[in-house]
Amino acid sequence: MNKRVRVVVFLKPGVLDAQGQAVQTGLRALGLEASEVRVGKAFELTVPEDRWRERVRELCERFLTNPLIEDYEIYEREEVAAR
Amino acid sequence: MSTGAFLESDRPRSGLPTPDPRFAVVVFPGSNCDRDCLHVLRGVLGYRAEFVWHEEEDLEGFDAVVLPGGFSYGDYLRPGAVAATSPVVRAVRRFAEAGGLVVGICNGFQVLLEAGLLPGALVRNRGATFRCEWVHLRVERADTPFTALYAPGEVVRMPIAHGDGRYHAPPGMLEEVEQRGQVVFRYVGRDGRTTPDANPNGSLHHIAGLVNREGNVLGLMPHPERCSEPVLGGQDGRRLFESMDRWLRERARLAAGRTR
Repeated sequence: MNKRVRVVVFLKPGVLDAQGQAVQTGLRALGLEASEVRVGKAFELTVPEDRWRERVRELCERFLTNPLIEDYEIYEREEVAAR
Repeated sequence: MSTGAFLESDRPRSGLPTPDPRFAVVVFPGSNCDRDCLHVLRGVLGYRAEFVWHEEEDLEGFDAVVLPGGFSYGDYLRPGAVAATSPVVRAVRRFAEAGGLVVGICNGFQVLLEAGLLPGALVRNRGATFRCEWVHLRVERADTPFTALYAPGEVVRMPIAHGDGRYHAPPGMLEEVEQRGQVVFRYVGRDGRTTPDANPNGSLHHIAGLVNREGNVLGLMPHPERCSEPVLGGQDGRRLFESMDRWLRERARLAAGRTR
């Protein structure tokens, strides 16, 4: 059995999010109210169900993120669909 | 992929004595400064230099490796992240561990950080803008194999061209990098001072280039190969390659002396 997961990645709080700032500037220019805008990225992937969370964590730590600058969150497909 | 001369003057020069240092210029899919580097090493300086494809697993016979600028693998995921997994970077790691000289320029610097050969990370520039301009740099270390021909504290001029060049390291790591004196180049004003407007990308501590603890791996965002001949408006980058050549010759001379 396989597991479908979504990984969401954001820059750590202490790292300047230049993209987030640029997006916020754009929103303000349009007169749209928003603050604390951050830009991240998302991955969707399928992994073997056995020890799936551990597997995804390894993918994140070794390649999908740079642990020095980024944090990640792992969601199961059901959670993704529920959103 | 071993010759690929860009200009006629860049063709390998025959008749040089064999102990001349041999430079490898790595070519990733998406590299775009590889030919500039080969042109400077061969055509301008007359060194032995060859392209090495990213699938190469062996750097036997080379004395120095240049990881050039560009957008390796389209900068997908993070700049340098995919290149860091390539066969040639595994070879570069072994090469560096054995004491070989490695210099990563711009995207090459990003590759070295992603591969863990240098500490820290490079993130999107402050202001999220691509910066393509001349900058002033202060040479913080003139005792490395890459900077021996500069004076300590000297202010030099080099071009930058990048969107992801803001140096970042977590507080503990940044402190350690500074304490160990690993910072080699810092963005400064013409007067050599680290004023806030003399930092084109928002790099922490104005860091533009640094070496590993052992001092044989250098990464820098500015492009020394774009300022190595007068026609390009400056030649402050040239001494970086000349320093490497001189250091390698000295090492070869000492090694020859030991075996006699």
